[in-house]
Amino acid sequence: MGDQLIFTYDIDGSDFTRAGEASSSVKNKLKMLGVNSEIIRRVAIAMYEGEINMVIHADGGQITVTVSDDDIVMVLADRGPGIPDIGKAMQEGYSTARPEVRSLGFGAGMGLPNMKRYTDQMEIDTVVGKGTTITMKVAF
Amino acid sequence: MKLQTILKLPDCRVLSEGRPEREVTRVFCCDLLSIAMSRAPSDSVWVTVMGNKNTVAVASLADVACIVLAEGVSMDRDSLEKASEEGIAVLSTELPVFDMALNIYRAGME
Repeated sequence: MGDQLIFTYDIDGSDFTRAGEASSSVKNKLKMLGVNSEIIRRVAIAMYEGEINMVIHADGGQITVTVSDDDIVMVLADRGPGIPDIGKAMQEGYSTARPEVRSLGFGAGMGLPNMKRYTDQMEIDTVVGKGTTITMKVAF
Repeated sequence: MKLQTILKLPDCRVLSEGRPEREVTRVFCCDLLSIAMSRAPSDSVWVTVMGNKNTVAVASLADVACIVLAEGVSMDRDSLEKASEEGIAVLSTELPVFDMALNIYRAGME
């Protein structure tokens, strides 16, 4: 196995206008590494949706991105309220976002479906009242 | 067509120049950022009435070349600075979304 690159980010849950900074940073790093632009786009979209979710629902959390020879793995961990019904949450258009979040143009119920669509593999590990960890993989 | 052509369109104010030599290919209209995030084409010109900081983040992540704010919507200085850093052009117009998108289309995407 070759070298791995690991990037870690603490996501601030209190400032909605800063949501996306971690995803932007990853996007720029992947660009510098010379990663294929379609792969970068998929990683950036999936991670941004996850990052926004952490800010909207979970008061922030931590994101770890591992770049290896075969794939890019993103792990998004929070100590938020958990997802009571994953089936519903995966439906396009279903959202529990607050009105003020919707007024900014989010909360369309596209987050989790987009994350699944743009990655090759997605796993959701969630416990109500404890938090959620989402692992997403994009293969090269 | 080049972004430069769009920067010169009438009825528009240029708030951030972006990279004028950049090639733009499509015009895209949407106000829901979650949808724009997944559907805005790379190198597109995005016409919207959403002028907050998240608009810039979405444009940057989706590789949008230019944001056009319709209906007289403006953008705060912080967001404009961010757009400028990211090399994204920002224009503002009093025109409605459809009229503006049509002008862009007719300027060289037909």
